[in-house]
Amino acid sequence: MKLNLALAQINTVLGNVEKNLEKHLALIDQAQAACTDLLVFPELSLTGYVLQDLVPTVAHRAEDCDPVFHQLLKASQKIDVMVGFVEEDARSRFYIASAYLSGGKVLHVHRKVYLPTYGLFDEGRFFAWGDGVSAFDTRFGRVGMLICEDFWHASLPYLLWLDGADIFLFASSSPGRGLPHANPCDEPGRLDSARWVDEINRAYAGLFTSFVCHTNRVGFEDGLNFWGGASVYDPDGIALVHGPQHEEALIQVELDLNQLHRTRARLPVLRDERTALVLRELNRIVNAKDNS
Amino acid sequence: MADISIDTDLARKILTGFIRTELNRAGFSKAVLGLSGGIDSALACYLAAEALGKEGILAVRMPYKTSAQDSLDDAQQVIDALGIQSLTVPITEMVDPLFERFLGMENRRKGNIMARERMIILFDQSEAFHGLVVGTSNKTEILLGYSTWYGDSACAINPIGDLYKAQVRELAQAMGVPKSIIEKAPSADLWAGQTDEGELGFTYDQADQILYLLIDQRYTPQEVVDASFREEFVKAILQRVRRNQFKRILPPIAKLSNRTIGYDFLYLRDWGT
Repeated sequence: MKLNLALAQINTVLGNVEKNLEKHLALIDQAQAACTDLLVFPELSLTGYVLQDLVPTVAHRAEDCDPVFHQLLKASQKIDVMVGFVEEDARSRFYIASAYLSGGKVLHVHRKVYLPTYGLFDEGRFFAWGDGVSAFDTRFGRVGMLICEDFWHASLPYLLWLDGADIFLFASSSPGRGLPHANPCDEPGRLDSARWVDEINRAYAGLFTSFVCHTNRVGFEDGLNFWGGASVYDPDGIALVHGPQHEEALIQVELDLNQLHRTRARLPVLRDERTALVLRELNRIVNAKDNS
Repeated sequence: MADISIDTDLARKILTGFIRTELNRAGFSKAVLGLSGGIDSALACYLAAEALGKEGILAVRMPYKTSAQDSLDDAQQVIDALGIQSLTVPITEMVDPLFERFLGMENRRKGNIMARERMIILFDQSEAFHGLVVGTSNKTEILLGYSTWYGDSACAINPIGDLYKAQVRELAQAMGVPKSIIEKAPSADLWAGQTDEGELGFTYDQADQILYLLIDQRYTPQEVVDASFREEFVKAILQRVRRNQFKRILPPIAKLSNRTIGYDFLYLRDWGT
């Protein structure tokens, strides 16, 4: 089975959902014309990233009665779409969220669990954290979504893997940082943050013998730059595509989902994973911590 | 010595993108820069010209009667090399009456007045040219507070404020800034014979190293000393950084209401764009 995937690495208008929605709809049309099955947008693609006090003014709900999602759901009858937005729950808590839309329905919403609140980040000040993670079924198989800092913690991709995800969809609004030295050992032209994310995504693909698809926005917000650099790694950890650094792009790539079968026949790490042992040891570790 | 070299191609790409984007978002496509003849303003000018095109730049030379002819000549080299528009606005006739009003004024006061006069001229040209003022302060001098508050530190955006002096030199070289500008001793040129390093009492290379370890690498002062820097020197640098924090932030507003600018009224400048 083949999956024609498109990764949008886009710039956004800060706090203007209407303008960003226009761009989403235009890209959905463009991707559909190129026979795309699934189009993935970055973190907070409908709003921009450093929202601060704009958060309550840009929040939406992934429901057909929401004017923004009404249009996105309609568009999702053409191709599957994953979008990034600010979600407001029934009790007015605000989350950084990604929604997976397919055939006019919301298949899943993931609320960002890990909100970086250190260094240049201040997400915990403005957002509530998601309290769960789960994989879900799509017409291409079982999928798991995570948002940026979520996959800086190995536990969430691991849980999604055990929950059946064979395709990981990662979305970021990652501010670029760490200018490399002249003549780096690594390939030049990438910031430290870009290199690190790319390395761990490759590692997840190989460790979990799964597809890892990541997209990240581009552009600037005040002094922050966003580096793009979308990528897809196959279950062997081989790069299928790399988007450009710091430039808008719609990146198309075909995923041969039969590669899951071939890789796992060779390398049965999923079969051999001892989840009962993990659970037992985690309980022991957590209980020992509680006791100390 | 810590390696503080940079990938100049990547820095150039990000900084030109920053200038173009941030000016456009503010509704502008042109920039105004004060060109002193020194390396910082030369580099900022090269970056701005690459970002906006030569038609989008107005370089302003603002000499005082004691300014070195070399400075004017070096600034002219940048103007000629980039083919950008320029203006020369001498400040002598503007600042001398104020100097004369307070006889015996010391050099520091005069220097501050000159820096602020230049700021007035640049912001006036910003209005006339419909371009924003691009800043030319580097990370070393911002951290050390070696600038005049609301003088040379005043600008709309600053592309080079996260580059240490040695990194400015490296990027300037990569972008083809004339050699004479890169190699001469850094000077605010506020009075004859003044050099930054003479006034500061240490070299930029030393300061860059200590600041890089303290700020970027988060070394403790003792760890910097252990990395073979003199304790007194490390303390003096740290003291300068701390004492000049006021120059790096907006003046605090006394909080009274439930929502106060700077504390709980938080928006980026790019809000809505």
